[in-house]
Amino acid sequence: MADSMNLDSGHHEHHAPSGWTRWLTTTNHKDIGSMYLIFSLIMFFIGGAMAMIIRLELFQPGLQFVDPQFYNSMVTMHALIMIFGVVMPAWTGFANWLIPMMIGAPDMALPRLNNWSFWILPFAFSLLLLTLFIPGGAPAGGWTMYPPLVLQTGAAFPFLIFAVHFLGASSIGGAINVLATVFNMRAPGMTLLKLPLFVWTWIITGFLLIASLPVLAGAVTMLLTDKYFGTSFFSAAGGGDPVMFQHIFWFFGHPEVYILILPAFGVVSAIIPTFARKPLFGYQSMVYAVAAIAFLSFIVWAHHMFTVGMPLAGELFFMYTTILIAVPTGVKVFNWVATMWKGAMTFETPMLFALGFVILFTIGGFSGLMLGVTPVDFQYHDTYFVVAHFHYVLVTGAIYSLIAATYFWLPKWTGHMYNETLGKWHFWLSTISVNVLFFPQHFLGLAGMPRRIPDYSVQFAEFNMISSIGGWVYGLSQLLFVYIIIKCVRGGKKASDRVWDGAHGLEWTLASPAPYHSFDTPPDPSTIEGGVR
Amino acid sequence: MTLIKKLITTYIITAPLLALASEVENVNDNKWGLNLSKGVTPFSQDIYDLHMIVLFIVTIIGVGVFGAMFYAMYAFRKSKGAQAEAWHENHVVEAIWTVIPLFILVGIAVPATEALIKMEDVSGSEMTVKVTGYQWMWQYDYVDSGVSMYSKIAESSNFARQRGSGVDPSSVENYLLDVDQMVVLPVDTKIRFLTTAADVIHAWWVPALGWKRDAIPGFINESWAKIEKTGIYRGQCAELCGKDHGFMPIVIKVVEKNEFNRWVALQLENTDTREFAKN
Ligand code: HEM
Ligand SMILES: [Cu+2]
Ligand SMILES: [Cu+2]
Repeated sequence: MADSMNLDSGHHEHHAPSGWTRWLTTTNHKDIGSMYLIFSLIMFFIGGAMAMIIRLELFQPGLQFVDPQFYNSMVTMHALIMIFGVVMPAWTGFANWLIPMMIGAPDMALPRLNNWSFWILPFAFSLLLLTLFIPGGAPAGGWTMYPPLVLQTGAAFPFLIFAVHFLGASSIGGAINVLATVFNMRAPGMTLLKLPLFVWTWIITGFLLIASLPVLAGAVTMLLTDKYFGTSFFSAAGGGDPVMFQHIFWFFGHPEVYILILPAFGVVSAIIPTFARKPLFGYQSMVYAVAAIAFLSFIVWAHHMFTVGMPLAGELFFMYTTILIAVPTGVKVFNWVATMWKGAMTFETPMLFALGFVILFTIGGFSGLMLGVTPVDFQYHDTYFVVAHFHYVLVTGAIYSLIAATYFWLPKWTGHMYNETLGKWHFWLSTISVNVLFFPQHFLGLAGMPRRIPDYSVQFAEFNMISSIGGWVYGLSQLLFVYIIIKCVRGGKKASDRVWDGAHGLEWTLASPAPYHSFDTPPDPSTIEGGVR
Repeated sequence: MTLIKKLITTYIITAPLLALASEVENVNDNKWGLNLSKGVTPFSQDIYDLHMIVLFIVTIIGVGVFGAMFYAMYAFRKSKGAQAEAWHENHVVEAIWTVIPLFILVGIAVPATEALIKMEDVSGSEMTVKVTGYQWMWQYDYVDSGVSMYSKIAESSNFARQRGSGVDPSSVENYLLDVDQMVVLPVDTKIRFLTTAADVIHAWWVPALGWKRDAIPGFINESWAKIEKTGIYRGQCAELCGKDHGFMPIVIKVVEKNEFNRWVALQLENTDTREFAKN
């Protein structure tokens, strides 16, 4: 399907191989971007199928369909796939497609690294998914991989560790590439403070990735040696410290959640001004806010561990820094609302998803603020309240922005408009069902339901049933998304170059579909507007 | 004017929810539980109040922000002939919405700090219970009297929860929240809990006490509770600890002090106290 995206418009002066070897050997940013995005979409349905199994088992109290061990595997694999297989590759895919076009460059700076970064992914996930079929089953210790529990993993253990290593290597490659591209390949006149916010958020994400992923790699390597080579990094009996793993993990883990969401801020900052037909409010404060969030994200990690028994001073420090994140996050939300103020709004599908993002992500931010209040987190921690929180920020946050971005740029990529009516259906079905799915989980958590349990006492039955129904409707609605995309790739109303009448930025000055090589010659500096979106 | 309006709208929206929520105090036997339980310790009530304050604050902010958004979506639509203006900066406004949230956060941080300091102060405790997590049950050592006991999921629940057991969970009393032997504790006594584990990490959590604490092999964590009401309170392990993580409930039975002493004596005589620790 991706063939029709840009093959026809390609200049074939490089004698690129055709057929499947083209995809294997390609160094073109658009080809690689498409592969990332298609891969991510496939993983979205694999991870989604696991979520459907989880909601099926939780539909009623009692164990009807799966065994507890398999249930734990589903929870673990679902999280790993959604984080490392869906959201992270999708953002790298968007970066590939968009950043060269946005900064007036012909391609990414390191095309071979680019190819390599992508092709690691299918292998990494083959390793991980294979564990479903080996004796002892897939990893079941949670995506957080806390020892000593994770060390009880059977034959799947080395698969898990090496998959994580590969995923980290892939992401670091992608991040280096983005940074090298942005710092070296901007068109003349494209100064840093003229960059679209999507590029800015990706610069900062790139630094977060490079700083945090090696930490994760180190942590899982220590797990590996603890299990197979007799070390005791995390074993108290051998003089080690199981809590140290949690500190190391979350030193990676909290920046990681911002890796998942910062590019979303960039996307929403492109879409809202377009459909409000008004420049983004507070461009510079947006850049500073993202930088502030990124900085803070390195000094809040222990808010995931308030119950491990830290000293009072530690708990206070991490509470203060955590709730402080609400300030720059608030600035961003206020800026988006101010952008809409006195605009001239229309509500095409990308805008609907972007507005849905602003509201629902903010709800996730609210529960985040609540979770950051240490003494109350003693109650919330490891309950469905946390599950509700991170699904609001990740599903209605990260995933919503990914969907919005897809609708927004798809016409530019394919040269066709998607079906607007179906797009609106997709939005409303998703938005209603996702709230039916996740809002009741706040109540479940407050009423005392722990997370990661396959069965629950009967007082939680009602909200679980509601949540499961919402889950299935949400899952099915996403099939519509695939249908819309395939239809749009195959044909549809011809898209104009600018596509949206309120769109600004270099990518919209290129033809639709975008030519195989983006800017072979630098764009006319006078076409570079900047600092406003 | 807008602030008052906002407050009123917030009240209208949240009042029924909160009213419902406060009725759902006893977690154990209420369906449709919506909110934290107020609990039965001074700390748990502080937590409850803090939770409600922060919930109230975010609700007000939410109503304000979402209200503005919906108003903008209604008033500034192109189909109604809205003309987009071109401004995109206002330093005064930006300063205001950076500084005001800061003050709100300080307002939250102060009571939260007080509550935390109280929670971490285990001084003056009158007795100590050591709680050890196992895959998948709990051990309780009453350090002062030497009583020691294990507590695991009740047979009725354990049977019903097996796949294909054919038992309807709703027909089982306290499904998954029942144990073979309850932890008996005295009322109105400052009890120090020491949590640890023998194999993997668990977390000991009875919502009515207002906190949970990780039970970590090789570590001993300290926390405390002064339970002000006799009764039976149920909870669960809250940290993923393997296959049967969902099946290691915690049930405490809080009794008058003299009754507690009688129970301890019986325990020491090695009498079967299961009957005592039931009902
Ligand atoms: C206002 C901003 C935010 C604050 C103050 C905040 C705070 C917190 C806190 C305190 C926890 C730990 C809760 C617990 O386990 O007891 C948590 C969990 C989590 N948050 Fe956030 N959060 C915020 C935004 C986000 C964003 C933007 C994301 C991702 C896009 C995110 C993703 C997560 C995830 C995945 C977890 C659960 C991790 C796990 O235990 O598996 N949060 N958050
Ligand atoms: Cu975090
Ligand atoms: Cu457990």
